[in-house]
This record gives sequence, structure tokens and C-alpha cells, in this order.
Amino acid sequence: MEPVRLSSDHLVDVSDLHFNYDGRPVLQGINMKIRRGSVVAIMGGSGCGKTTLLRCIGGQLRPSSGGVSVDGLSIAAASQSALYALRRRMGMLFQFGALFTDLSVFENVAFPLREHTDLSDELIRDLVLMKLESVGLRGARDLMPGALSGGMARRVALARAIALDPMLIMYDEPFTGLDPIALGVIGELIRRLNDALGATSIMVTHDVQESLQIVDYIYFLNGGRVVAEGTPDQIRASDDPFVHQFVHAKSDGPVHFDYPAAPAAEDFRLGAAHG
Amino acid sequence: MADPLALIRRLGAATVDRIWRLGFASRFLLAIFVHSGAAFRRLPLTLREIYFSGVLSLLIILVSGLFVGLVLGLQGYETLQRYGSTEALGILVALSLVRELGPVVAGLLFASRAGSSITAEIGLMKTTEQLKAMDMMAVNPIARVVAPRFWGGVISMPLLAAMFSAMGVFGGWLIGVVLIGVDDGAFWSQMQSSVDFRYDVLNGIIKSVVFGFAVSLIAVFEGYDSVPTAEGVSRAITRTVVTSAMTILALDFVLTSFMFRGN
Repeated sequence: MEPVRLSSDHLVDVSDLHFNYDGRPVLQGINMKIRRGSVVAIMGGSGCGKTTLLRCIGGQLRPSSGGVSVDGLSIAAASQSALYALRRRMGMLFQFGALFTDLSVFENVAFPLREHTDLSDELIRDLVLMKLESVGLRGARDLMPGALSGGMARRVALARAIALDPMLIMYDEPFTGLDPIALGVIGELIRRLNDALGATSIMVTHDVQESLQIVDYIYFLNGGRVVAEGTPDQIRASDDPFVHQFVHAKSDGPVHFDYPAAPAAEDFRLGAAHG
Repeated sequence: MADPLALIRRLGAATVDRIWRLGFASRFLLAIFVHSGAAFRRLPLTLREIYFSGVLSLLIILVSGLFVGLVLGLQGYETLQRYGSTEALGILVALSLVRELGPVVAGLLFASRAGSSITAEIGLMKTTEQLKAMDMMAVNPIARVVAPRFWGGVISMPLLAAMFSAMGVFGGWLIGVVLIGVDDGAFWSQMQSSVDFRYDVLNGIIKSVVFGFAVSLIAVFEGYDSVPTAEGVSRAITRTVVTSAMTILALDFVLTSFMFRGN
């Protein structure tokens, strides 16, 4: 039976979420409430569990304990068909776009429309061109994904993610590997599309400066826990040592520069006789 | 010296791993069947795969069939000549091809030409997160990507085997009749009277269907199960070709022992 959907202020509700991978804890008690209409960033160093968290919200991974609910539907308890019904109202942008390499730009954006609707070819054409227009790539409709630059591929993927006008858009490292111009373009698009569609966006990233400019709220993850959260202004002003190190890109701090190792003297055999 | 227990433990782990994979492949096959509706309801998806695995394999199949037939013609003639029964060349060529060489060699070629490319394609789609992206768009990758490729292979393989055999018979005829001068009428009439449709041809077709099933399943499974890295995909492709070859030859023995018992 489907749970009753309560239309609350929060679209996504993560409560005491734990996730273990091969017996190793990756997420250890995450709590989040994401307001409808907001753009939220989840930040942290590589391997802190932020992508895992995003996968739990999208239902690609099942949490070990705790729960995630999206628009009132509990993801962990949802059946495959309920999950698929929910995903039709979600869009996800993968790190490198994940465009279908055997389809043109146009067909990539048309893919969700063709799979999930019975619209006529003419209507699909208009919709696809509108979506491509919103990311500035109407003219690139006939190109194959192999011919696109990294930034363009991600804009096409963004157009595909919003093809069905989702209520929730998720971004997995949207800025990775982009030049500063493309990076600014993607950042601006994320904000603009979110507001134009009346959607809610969750973005996993480690790009602090770009994110602080466009998001409404930020969660900092470290070691599978939320260590800090707040609005961009609160984060900038934070004196939490971890947030400070992260925002100001210091190489040493609570997150150490050195990977744990045996004492240096031992490794370099200082004091021992060579020969 | 290594701990003898460690060796046993490794052996046990390897065995369990193999059995586990076999079980996983069976469940995967079941999932393909469950999600096959779309592959048939949306025929263009499957037709496309028949084009890629079948039509594009035609050249290698036809050329190989011709050469195998040419060799059969030469060797067969040389042997039959000793017993003065060269007019039986047609029977020898046709039976060898229809019963054995057609399904088996076409199967091996199909595995290396089409099977490897199916594995590579699915493996790379997995590596570049295309399968995950599809799943996140509420489109089941088994229904949309795997099932059409599987059925495309299953349908293509018997057709390719039949064309391989036909081409081989033509090659045997070229050598025997055109080049060496075996009597044309004897070649065809003996073939026609000795090759039984049910016993020889149908059994050959059954073999090629079984091989098509096996190779297609191995190809899609290895691609879907590949480790999503460059190295992982290349290992998956190798496994497809090796496992397919072993499976075809082993299944051929089993099928032959059931089908042709010489009574």
C-alpha cells in the first residue's frame, strides 16, 4: 500500500540515515530537510559519502537503516514501480553527463519523452527544442555526444534531465572538469532552471566558491556525518575549523594533508645502518 | 611454505564464486524474459539489434562458409577417391555442414564478431553511467538495452548458421563439380536423397538456436556484469569470447550425443 502523501514544506526528508558498504560505515546518521523550491548543496571532500547520499535519495542505493522520503514517499519501502513512478518526476545530472553515445543530442533529450509519453513526433520536437533552447544549445541538436565539449555535454544532459519538468533535480558533481566559463554557465543554469521550473535542486559538489553564489543552503559532510550546515552567509562567517579549511582551501587542518602512515623515521630507515 | 588451508580456502572461494555467478546469470536470464515484452512490442529496437549482430556479421559468415566448403570439397574428394565413391561428395559436404560445422563454426564466429561487440557496448554504457542514467529516468536498462540485444542475437544466430551451411555447400560444389569434375547430377541427387530434413537439418537448426541462446546470454551478461573500468570491459570481452567458445563446443558434444546415435 502506498503511504499517504502529505504536502509538507519539505520535499526531501532524510532522517538518521545510515549506509554501510561491505561492512564499512559510509553514512552514519544523516539528517536533512530540504525545502521545496530551494537549491541545496551537499559538500565535502572526496570519499566523504556525499555521492552515496545522493544515490540513497534517488533510490539507487537502499539505506542500511534510517529513512529517506521524497514528496512523502518512503524510498526504502517503495516498490520498483512506485520508485519508477517517483523517478519520472526526478531528473538527475550525472558527473560527466552520461549521454547515450549512440543517440544524437536531439534524441538524447527526446529519450525520456519517447519512453514515458505518447506525444506526437511534432510535439516532442517542439518540447525538445524548447529544452535545448533553455540551455542554449538549440543549434547543436544534430550533433553526436562525441562531438561535444565537456560543458556542452553537461548542458545537453541537463536538458534531458528537465525534459519531463521534474519536481526534484539532482546533480552529481556538476562542475567537475569544466573551464571557468563553462563552470559559471552551468552554475547559472542550475539556479535559473530551478526557479523557472519551480523545482527543488540538490547538488553534490566540492566547488565551494561557485556553490556559495547560487545555493540557498549548504550541508557539509565529513566522515559520513553532517558536520556543519547553513546559508551561504552563515557558512562564509563560520569559524568551524573544518568549514574554514574547506572554504579557504587550506591544505592542512582537521582534514590532514598526510595519509595515515608509519612514522617517517621508520619508513626512511633514519638512524639505521645502511648497507 | 604456504598454508595448505589457505589453498583449500582459495579453491573453495573460487568454486563458490563460479557457482554464484552461474546463479546470477540464471536470475539475469529470468529478468530478461520478464522484461522482454518491450523488446517485442517495440519491434524497431530488436530489428536494430538484428541488423547490428546479424546483418553486419554476414560478410565474415559468408566468406568463412565459402572457404570451409572449399576445404571440405578438397579433403572430401581426396578421401572418397580412395574408395572410388567420389559422387558421394555432395552427401559428405552437406552432412558435415548441416550437422556440425554450420552451427559450430558460425557460432564461434558469431561469438567473436557480434558477442564481443555486444559485451563491449553494454560494458561501456555501464562505465559511462548510461545504464544508471537510464535507470534514474525510470527506464529499465534490462528492458531497453539488454533484452533487444539478447533477442537480436537469438534470432540472428540460426539464420547465420543456415547461410554459413548454404555457402559451404556452394563451396564444396565449386571444388568438386566445377573444378575437379565430379558428376553434377550425382552430387545433388545423392545429397538430396541422403540428407533427411528432420534428422539432419532440423537437428542442426536446433543446435544453432541453442548456441545462439548461449552466446547471446553470455555476451549481454558479461557486459552487464563487467567491472566499469577500461580494464574491466576488456576482460569482460575476453571472457565473452572464451566462455562462448567453450560453451558452444561442450554443448555441441552433449547435443550430438543425444541427436546422432548411429541407429
